This record gives sequence, C-alpha cells and structure tokens, in this order.
Amino acid sequence: MATAPSLLHLGSLMGGVRSVDQVAVEERAASLGKRSIKKASKVWALELAIRMMDLTTLEGADTPGKVAALCGKAIRPDPTDHSVPSVAAVCLYPSLIAQAVQHLRGTTVKVASVATSFPSGQTFTTVKVTETREAVAAGADEIDMVIDRGAFLSGGYQKVYDEIVRIKEACGSAHLKVILETGELGSYDNVRRASILAMAAGADFIKTSTGKIQPAATPAVTLVMMEAVRDFHRETGRNVGLKAAGGIRTAKQAVQYLVLLYETLGPDWMTPNRFRLGASSLLNDVLMQLAREKTGAYQSAD
Amino acid sequence: MAPRLDVRKTYKLFVNGEFVRSESGRAYRPVAGVNVPRASRKDLRDAVRAARTAFDGWAGRTATNRGQILYRAAEMLDGRRLQFIQELGGGKPAGREVDAAVEALVWYAGWTDKLAQVAGTVNPVAGPYFNFTIPEPTGVVGVVATETPALLGLVRGIAPALAGGNVVVALASESRPLPALTLAEVLATSDFPPGVVNVLTGQRKELLPWLGAHMDVNAIDAAGCTAEELAAAQEAAAGNVKRVVAHRNGELSPSAITDLMEMKTVWHPIGT
Repeated sequence: MATAPSLLHLGSLMGGVRSVDQVAVEERAASLGKRSIKKASKVWALELAIRMMDLTTLEGADTPGKVAALCGKAIRPDPTDHSVPSVAAVCLYPSLIAQAVQHLRGTTVKVASVATSFPSGQTFTTVKVTETREAVAAGADEIDMVIDRGAFLSGGYQKVYDEIVRIKEACGSAHLKVILETGELGSYDNVRRASILAMAAGADFIKTSTGKIQPAATPAVTLVMMEAVRDFHRETGRNVGLKAAGGIRTAKQAVQYLVLLYETLGPDWMTPNRFRLGASSLLNDVLMQLAREKTGAYQSAD
Repeated sequence: MAPRLDVRKTYKLFVNGEFVRSESGRAYRPVAGVNVPRASRKDLRDAVRAARTAFDGWAGRTATNRGQILYRAAEMLDGRRLQFIQELGGGKPAGREVDAAVEALVWYAGWTDKLAQVAGTVNPVAGPYFNFTIPEPTGVVGVVATETPALLGLVRGIAPALAGGNVVVALASESRPLPALTLAEVLATSDFPPGVVNVLTGQRKELLPWLGAHMDVNAIDAAGCTAEELAAAQEAAAGNVKRVVAHRNGELSPSAITDLMEMKTVWHPIGT
C-alpha cells in the first residue's frame, strides 16, 4: 500500500517524468496499426480480445432487464458456438451491481463498477470513498474510478494522488482501475504524468477514458500509457495493468491494440489480468469476424 | 501548334458514392490499352457494407422521389449517349442499346409509385380484420449483369431493383466493363445517395462465390450467370436463404420489380 508522500517527493516524481515525442508516438502507433494479422493468428487474437473484454453499459436508461441480457451475453457471447470464451467482466453503474452479481455467480465473469462520481469525478472526496465502499460491499470485483481532472490540470497533483490512495484503501481486495480520461488532459505529456501519478498512488490498472468524452481511446494515447506502464515496471518492479476504453468498435481496431500491447509490453501483458478492452458494441463485430473465419462467408450484423 | 496530348482515363470502381481503385491494387485489360480495376472480395465486402448502410434511407424515400431519381438517371444517360455508343463499339446496334437502356430507366421510374396499387391486394378474410398485402423492398440485391448486352443487361438488372427500394451491388460484364463504369458516373450524378448503387468490375469467378455466400445480401439477380454459376450461387445462397432470380426473358416487366420484393400482409383489427 502506497503511503502519501510529502509534497517534495511528489514534486520530484512529477518532475522526473520525461516528455513524450508526439510525432514519434503517433507514427509508431500508426505503423503498428498497419500490421496484417491473418487466419489462425487472427482467430487467436479475436478470442483473446473477447477474453480481455469488459462488456460495458453505462447509460442512464440501464434497467435490470438490460443488465440480465448483458450478463447472459458476457457468459456466452455466441449462443450458437460454445467454443467462444466468456468475456472478462461486465462494467456498469453501482446501482446495478447487485443484479449483475446475481446473474454472474459461479462464472468466471467479473463485475466491474464505475465509481467516484463517474464520469466527471467532480464531487467531495468523502462521497467518492463512500460510493467505492458501497460498491465493493455490493459485490463489485473491480472498481473503475475517475481522477479529478480539474485538480490535475490546475496542478493539484497532491489532491489527485491522495484521492487515489484513499479510494484504493476503500477498495480493499477489489481491483482498482484509474480512469485518466485522456481526452480531457490536453497533451501526451499530461497523459504520461497522470499515468505515473496513478501507478505511484497504487492503481492496479490505468484506463484511458470514460467513453463519455471525445476523443476517447486512440492507439497513440494508449501507446503513451503502455510505455508509462513499461517504464514504471522497470523502475519499481510492479506490474500495472492497462485498459483501453471508448471508441473501440471493430475487431480490426481491437487487434491493432493487441499488436501495440505485444510490441510495447510483450507477452507477459497478453492476459486479461493485465490488459482489458472496454467496449459496448465491439463484441458483436468480433463475433462476426470469428464467424467469418470459421464459416468462410461474410456475415450480417442482423 | 503542338498536337493536344490525350487525357487518358483511369476507370474506377463505384463504391459508396466514391470512385475508387480496387483495394487490392489489381487491374486487368479487357480492352487494349485500358486498365480496368479487378475488384477483390474485400471490395465486394465494402460495397455490401456501404449498401446495407444506405438501405434504410433509400427504402424510406417516397416512391415518387425514387422515381424522380431514376428518371434523372435516364436524363444523365441520354446526355452521354455518344460516349456510351463509342464504348459499346459504335454503330447502329450500339445506338439501339443505349436507347433501350434509357427507355428501361424511364419505364421503371414510372413504376415506382404505381407498383403498390398493382402488386398489392386487399384480401377478403373470414374475421373482423382489414387484411391487405403490400410489396416491400428486400434489402441488398446483388446484380450479376449479362456479358452482352453489357450496358442494357446491367440497366435491366439494377433499375427494377432500385425502383422497388432495394440497394444494389452490381457485378459488371467481365469482358466489356467500360459501359458499366461509365454508367456509374451517370448514377453518381443522378442524386442516388452514396452506397445505394455500387458497381464492381473484375473476374466473376473471384467475386461470385463471395456474393453468393454473403450473409448480408438478401437477393441475387443472376441474369448474367452461366448454368454452372447459377447452380453454385443457388447453393451458396442457401446459407441465409437468399432469393436467386434467374432466367428473365429480358422484357421490361413489373414482375422484375416484385421478384426482388417481399409481400407483407397486415391483419388490421377493425372491431365487429
């Protein structure tokens, strides 16, 4: 458990974060995105993408019925093909955790809940801590928290750090994913800084976006975070996971993220314990592509 | 004065309202000195995707509006008569073929807002229901054009499909693809929304199996298929029970439109 460091320590941590070469990062992400993955490797990558998926519904109009349908789909994504694996987790709002827990009991699918006044994070720390505690008590295995971007952008690193530490405490045994909301951070330098800050504060995962802001996850910004995870691992020996979320809709995009992951963090990270894809509509496209590979005919979205 | 240099034309596929090269970068030379794109299965996939996206909008247009757009296609085709005659090899037969193609477009344009009255029915039923049947578009239609006549065969395939509110992915004549690609330029200036008509050129044996097996294609007009191709297409089409229409006599007929439509029956309660 990380303890709150002095301001001096945090200053040197943040001051030690090197800046990101924007052109190089975008070029590398784009060139890795062009890699062609075919046949057996493609099937393997698509099945891995399913096993890494956090099937997400974060709408104001979510109902217990919709959660039930989502859980069914999470356990058995393709009812006609039992060889398709379950997804990693379902991701939903705290008030629906109880329903999800009920449907997912006895399966490998985890329940992830957003917390800390998702998606803005603009509320009192005590409220955020209470929300997290209640979510864990309701049965959430994983908590997706958002950082206070307002504090981060105005230089209040200490506040952001302290909040993550307190939420991590409130999580107990539940895994903590820290959403940086890269679309609001403004620069790759800030993304890298926020990544290091969150990892130093004890995050189990860092996550790109809430999915409520455009741009959400992009290959370039995910690459910046992967490099931060890699460098953090080299310095401290701690393995932190990564979750790309928002705007990932096609199987092709998902495979591109896996290529980035493999080339940056290597095979150790090619597991659902260390990498996740957060998406609501991606699964259907992945299933279509799998069926295309297995049947040899292009598929219909119907 | 120096002689004018030729502006050599690069023929393109017509997919999603855009003129594109094949994603495979391949071309073939059915006519000396002219490169024609040789579409791959991925071009076909892209075309079907574009068509599917365009379907709701096109099927949702009023019948009158679809007729207006088909009529405009006839106008645009007529305006480029000489170009088509040249691409068809010149002479009186070519002129007659272009005239027939224009006529076909005008003819089907006129049918759009009359079809439901002719093909639809009010059915007498023994119960307190108002029971009626109307034709509705099927969805994405693959049109396999005849090798000859290259232009008229294609127009007779796409015009009835479009008149009924379907969207089209057309495989042009393999040996005479130029009129089809020029027809795409006509269609592009006729106000069809992007993706409603897509025209692919290339080798039929490469494309037809993928079209036949594609789960998002609802019907195939196989007028241009040989007997073996037709049998193979019918077998592949069984996967999603697509309708395969073949052996039309080439006459203009409202049944060419309804062949590619589904008859929907409504049981509307009317009380006692």
